[in-house]
Amino acid sequence: MIGQLDLEGVAIRRGARRLFASVSLALRAGEACALTGPNGVGKTSLLRAVAGLVALEAGGIGFGGTDPAQARAEGLHFQGYQDGLKPARTAREELVFWSRWSGADAAWAAGAAETLALEPLLDLEIRRLSAGQRRRLALARLLAAPRPLWLLDEPLSPLDATWRSRFGEIMRRHLDGGGLILAAVHDPLPVAARALELAA
Amino acid sequence: MTRLSALIARETALAWGRGGGPLVSVGFYAGVATLMPLAIGPEAQRLAAVAAGVAWVALALASLLSLERLFERDYEDGALDLLALSPVPLELTCAAKCLGQWLATGAPLALAAPVAALGLGAKVALAPMIFACALLGGLAFAFLGGIGAALSLGARRGGLLTAVIVLPLFVPPVIFGGGALDALGAGLPWKAGFALLGAYAAAAVALGPLAMAAACRNALS
Repeated sequence: MIGQLDLEGVAIRRGARRLFASVSLALRAGEACALTGPNGVGKTSLLRAVAGLVALEAGGIGFGGTDPAQARAEGLHFQGYQDGLKPARTAREELVFWSRWSGADAAWAAGAAETLALEPLLDLEIRRLSAGQRRRLALARLLAAPRPLWLLDEPLSPLDATWRSRFGEIMRRHLDGGGLILAAVHDPLPVAARALELAA
Repeated sequence: MTRLSALIARETALAWGRGGGPLVSVGFYAGVATLMPLAIGPEAQRLAAVAAGVAWVALALASLLSLERLFERDYEDGALDLLALSPVPLELTCAAKCLGQWLATGAPLALAAPVAALGLGAKVALAPMIFACALLGGLAFAFLGGIGAALSLGARRGGLLTAVIVLPLFVPPVIFGGGALDALGAGLPWKAGFALLGAYAAAAVALGPLAMAAACRNALS
């Protein structure tokens, strides 16, 4: 559905402070882009702007001809730096809910849980999971409902070395299938990626 | 439809966990029914006269209890971002959250309200009306409360702000419902007050989600 992502002269203002003046990017199907820059420069805000949660001060964001509202509702996954999981609920409840909320059926959710080795954790409360396990559960959303554009904010930070490389494989498979990835990172992405460095 | 039913189930479970459910409402009304006679004196006649009104006001206050966290938790842990990024309009999402709040908190309170009123000496004939008012009023309180909860997102001491925003909005339904209960108790025509309560609840259900969604978008941006 989304074959490309175009940012043209994007500027974002947060309160009185302008984060960056003009950011441009043309991402095609099968490409990943690593968004880098010092803390507080606006990587998260840029991802949120692509998701439509933050308004632009100037510039435009296009999804290759797809209506932006539709692209944001059904064409992208947004994985923020937080996982959006409730401590008192079990991993299974959260996985099932978020899969249904993304429009995935039970079989897809089960497949995602298998890929991310979540089965032994499913009956535990979220509060019992480590940060890395929570992140894996959150990332299961990406696999449960296939969507072309992934917006990832520090996706790797809580993951251990094994899971970083496994998630690299998952990203590679997504790109091979014509997906797009825009990820804010401090460490290099485990896949071949273009770089976009934000500077104040 | 799958999405909405999944959301309502989640919201009901979350509301249950953060202070809804039958035990909490029974405990709350047990407190009211115990403390009231101590505060205003044990004469049965005086208690019976205020029983229905007390149960009704207690319901309005009880529905404030867990309101603060209706949106706050989803906002803080990032879930609200994901709820907003969906083919489901944010207005419907907000309505589903309020509906879950009502199912888990308002409905058990509505069941407990007539019991407490009877315990304080209200006429048995009033019990169905107290239940109906509490059920309908609880719906209005949940949707009006949602507006306050959404507007105070991200504020420090959001709970206090929620109460300040919401209490003026609670005044009309409290008057309409209290008026209907009073009139029925005195054998006067009560239908007008009850109809106004219903109209107010319908307006809250119809218009509340628009305000909540706008407040959520503002908080997320």
